[in-house]
Amino acid sequence: MSTNGNQSDPGKLMGGTPLGTVVGGSLSEGVEVKLNDDASVEDIPVGSYVVIQGETKRFFGMVNEVKLAATDARLRTTPANLTDPFVAEVLSGTAAYGTITVRPRLLLPMIAGSDVELAPARTVPAHFARASKASDADVAQVFGVEDDRHFAVGTPLDMEAVVCLDLKAFVERSNGVFGKSGTGKSFLTRLLLIGVLQSRLSSLLIFDMHDEYGWAGSDAERGRQVKGLKQLFPAQVAVFALDAEKSMGRPVKPDVMVEIGYGDIEPEDIMVLRETLNISEVAAESSYSLERHFGKGKWLKAFLELEGRDAIFELANDININTSALASFHSRLTNRFARLPFLVEKPSQDSVQALMDQLDKGNHVVLEFGRYGDDVPAYMLVANLLTRRIYARYRDRQMTESVENGKSTTPLSIVIEEAHRFLSPAVASQSTFGIIAREMRKYNVTLLVVDQRPSGIDPEVMSQIATKVCCLLDDDRDVDAVMTGTSGSRELRSVLAGLESRQQALIFGNAVPIPVAVRIRDYGTTDSYDSLMRTASRRSAGKKTATSIEDTPSPSDRSEPAEPQAAAGRKDDEDELFG
Amino acid sequence: MTTNNQEPNRIAEVVETTTTGFTAQCYELYGAPALGSLVRVGDPAVYAVVHNVTTAALDLGRRVMARGASEATEEAVYHNNPQISRLLATHIEALVVGHDVGDATKYRLPSSPPRIHGFVYCCDANEIAAFTDGLDYLHLLTSASTPAIDEVIAANLRLAAESHSDPDAFRIRAGKALAAELASDIARLNAILRGIS
Ligand SMILES: Nc1ncnc2c1ncn2[C@@H]1O[C@H](COP(=O)(O)OP(=O)(O)OP(=O)(O)O)[C@@H](O)[C@H]1O
Ligand SMILES: [Mg+2]
Repeated sequence: MSTNGNQSDPGKLMGGTPLGTVVGGSLSEGVEVKLNDDASVEDIPVGSYVVIQGETKRFFGMVNEVKLAATDARLRTTPANLTDPFVAEVLSGTAAYGTITVRPRLLLPMIAGSDVELAPARTVPAHFARASKASDADVAQVFGVEDDRHFAVGTPLDMEAVVCLDLKAFVERSNGVFGKSGTGKSFLTRLLLIGVLQSRLSSLLIFDMHDEYGWAGSDAERGRQVKGLKQLFPAQVAVFALDAEKSMGRPVKPDVMVEIGYGDIEPEDIMVLRETLNISEVAAESSYSLERHFGKGKWLKAFLELEGRDAIFELANDININTSALASFHSRLTNRFARLPFLVEKPSQDSVQALMDQLDKGNHVVLEFGRYGDDVPAYMLVANLLTRRIYARYRDRQMTESVENGKSTTPLSIVIEEAHRFLSPAVASQSTFGIIAREMRKYNVTLLVVDQRPSGIDPEVMSQIATKVCCLLDDDRDVDAVMTGTSGSRELRSVLAGLESRQQALIFGNAVPIPVAVRIRDYGTTDSYDSLMRTASRRSAGKKTATSIEDTPSPSDRSEPAEPQAAAGRKDDEDELFG
Repeated sequence: MTTNNQEPNRIAEVVETTTTGFTAQCYELYGAPALGSLVRVGDPAVYAVVHNVTTAALDLGRRVMARGASEATEEAVYHNNPQISRLLATHIEALVVGHDVGDATKYRLPSSPPRIHGFVYCCDANEIAAFTDGLDYLHLLTSASTPAIDEVIAANLRLAAESHSDPDAFRIRAGKALAAELASDIARLNAILRGIS
């Protein structure tokens, strides 16, 4: 149809489909592009990428608004004789036209493919610069290609190119995966963990609430099991388990059964549970008095063993605490903790030491909670306790080591689900998780928080989350929480709201040069494992010597992990995303 | 007045000329091309669009008298008064819309208007198709202040469409070009578009 002759040629040079011409705008609001009459607003969703060829620069940006406009205001009130298809066709794109607003974010090199660092855009293209859809080559230029440092998480919505996370930037800070229930957070997290694991840039400690990361995860949607990290990387992943009964019924036993001694539980661990157990601040703080009264390492057991009202009354008197507060505190704790089988007087082995041993070998640890994953206080207790102690080790080590020779240990990323419970404003100031999040990577430990209710997380902690991977959220408060402090959040909100309810995510922050909405790569098919392992072998081929892990003999060949019953022989014919 | 048989497209001769348009007397009474037709005059050619046609007494001082009171048909009036065709003349008025410079056609006014006695030719389909390949001349038409110019534009585009191999595509292209000219006047644009469809 009608192209005004002069507008097709420069467009072709840029690669992508020509869209229109810059007619106004600003850096903060974005530049306005009047669409060519053959470009329809319907084909340009908010969040899609646009390249604008200025006079001396190529701008890469994101559509943040799509508008319909008319040259004559009367068109709104008397919409012409639009029943006539001829008139409608003539008017569309001319008197009635579409505009998009594009916020320039990056400068691309003028010559596509040249290896120049991308710079942030600090100005806008001049009037009448030509805008076109970003081509796959443009997107590849922005998001990089998969290599040691870059992990392909998926493709931009409606594009073929691959979006890669900069893993080095990713592991340097705390990160978050958010999204309402069932949006694919766990699948996504598993992929991210695989990326980190393969990069060897960081050790992982995963508090696996619902047994999704260790041996196998379940894909309820398709009624199948998917491989966990242990199946893909048996030599590098140690599975710790809390629930002996549940772990027995499967082909490979956990490497370590975790037991927690009553003596290991400190008042701080109880403080973290305050909100979750609905314990008053006074009551929770009585833990400290109890510790003073009964002695370090003995207080909880002694307290839980108290029987009868009189004993509690007496104690309340002794330590000068409100009687009813102490009584309800006592009953809450006994209800919760007295029957947890993994809480024992004398643990058969020091779980923290076992954990540190694995991490020191360069391995990654998944702690499976089994049935206790449904018991949120139990999950929190264990996660907080272990993290507190491991963090202390890292801190000590970091301080001595950096004094000794300036060399730092391998960083550690700790993965927690239901993160808002550990990081709520009331708790975050005291919990180790809050400290880790706020101190950034001072002691080489960062968090990967997975949460469906980010609004519950302390804003101060939220502001330290460097890369946010955000699936669909439908509560406005949750959206506010993830967007706080993000520039251009208006357009990001509409992108977020437009995500599909599964397997799509908006990624923004440190690990990506600009915010990007991604269709997350498939996980769970034979092909998906193959493509993940291919990158793994390609990587390790290049850097065999750099690893500390190979001294642990591998139980089975890494490229052919044992297939569990459920997944055996199942081959999906879904297209492989990444070649 | 005689018709020129060697040049069947030659239909009139310039009798009055200005920068923006000219008046030409047709060689034949009622021999004017259709309203909106593209005509050309001179060499290098100046192109113009017929926007007005008048037929009146040649001698403006003499009024035409009614002669048919006793005649049975209008044809009989002419037949029985052969002098009529000498006393009356048909004139066309045309707006200049472009001119040739070398091999190119420019959609703007020539630096000087066509000469008096310039021969006026009706453009054939090929010439029309070639000229209307560009549509910038619509600006000269839409900005003209002659009466009923919108009708003229519609008529011109209807005729032009017939000379193109894909009339529908041409109509849409022309419509969009018009829409660009008349962006701020939807009512007028709409009226012209109605005349093209
Ligand atoms: N990358 C993916 N590849 C294949 N399937 C996926 C992917 N992401 C999500 N799914 C599908 O979506 C379902 C839900 O994903 P997932 O369990 O990760 O959601 P979730 O956000 O962790 O939910 P919850 O909040 O309940 O933990 C999966 O069972 C799977 O069927
Ligand atoms: Mg989940």
